[in-house]
Amino acid sequence: MFKDLAKKKKKSKKPKEGEEAETPAADGEFDPSALKKKKKKKPKTTDADDFEAKLAEVGAVEKEDAEEEKTEEPIQEGDMEKGTGIWAHDATTPIKYNNLLKRFFTQLHSHHPDLASTGSKSYKIPPPQCLREGNRKTIFANISEICKRMKRSDEHVTQFLFAELGTSGSVDGSKRLVIKGRFQQKQIENVLRRYIMEYVTCKTCRSPDTELNKGENRLYFVTCNSCGSRRSVTAIKTGFSAQIGKRKRQQG
Amino acid sequence: MSIIENLKDKDPFAEADDDSGEKVHKSQDYIHIRIQQRNGRKTLTTVQGLNNQKFNFDLIIKHFKKKFACNGTIVPESSTHKEVIQLQGDQRKNVYEFLTSKDFLNMDAKTIKVHGF
Ligand SMILES: [Zn+2]
Repeated sequence: MFKDLAKKKKKSKKPKEGEEAETPAADGEFDPSALKKKKKKKPKTTDADDFEAKLAEVGAVEKEDAEEEKTEEPIQEGDMEKGTGIWAHDATTPIKYNNLLKRFFTQLHSHHPDLASTGSKSYKIPPPQCLREGNRKTIFANISEICKRMKRSDEHVTQFLFAELGTSGSVDGSKRLVIKGRFQQKQIENVLRRYIMEYVTCKTCRSPDTELNKGENRLYFVTCNSCGSRRSVTAIKTGFSAQIGKRKRQQG
Repeated sequence: MSIIENLKDKDPFAEADDDSGEKVHKSQDYIHIRIQQRNGRKTLTTVQGLNNQKFNFDLIIKHFKKKFACNGTIVPESSTHKEVIQLQGDQRKNVYEFLTSKDFLNMDAKTIKVHGF
């Protein structure tokens, strides 16, 4: 990883720096033209605060850019993963903006998917790992990992799972959840998705960065860390549960 | 005595629905459709919260049995005096459609909660 990073820096010194400076602030208002300009004027201006001034400058630089793109006609080839062609360690050809942008996003997606995604739709949790124990039990192996990711207690999630699946179970020595009944990964995933909707996402801003606390008078509240909204959530209720397999005892 | 017109159709103290802001039924008014696993791949569907004063459970069960081709019973629920309909197999979708269908009970989808996987 670090090796990789170091390599990258050398590979494309100028543009890389431009990218670095721009992207954290860019978030909502990503302006490619600003970046383009920056790439070229690198030595002159580096601070990103001066957005207004830069914008004005962009107008002047735009034409220049167009001309340059024409001269850069030769097709830029090479595998950016392997570092061949234009991506080679000691390559000196200036890399086209589009190519750099592509590289930036591929790497962002592979290394920091959280940063690349916005909104609750792309909120990701590791897929539940389900193993079969014997014929009648399912082991949900990575429950504590998932709970940590959602910032919820294992007990609360377990309670919800049991209530929704209409079953019971236990926790084994290595913190895995043993659920009575046969369940597929997909099914557990569905229940977890509903849990997230009910108890994790903020209904106001859709952020998953929330906390579940026991408020006054036994009510549970979800407090959002990004917008500060607070809502009460229903306690988990098991509801009616049918008697299964007890008829024999009743008869006998 | 005049009646305050504003309060006629809307209950100002009802809980607001999270998404739409509309008032939503109290939790005890929900109809819960649940699923339970029995032995092997066999399952059981339970319908809790349906008003047995308003609907004829015997008729409903008869319809379920015939339409869904499954067996079913009415089980008394100890905590409330409402009864629970119990059907064999995963009939959650069927029951949900029956409850919301215009031809049958024509209930509001918001009052129904389908549980399970
Ligand atoms: Zn929020």
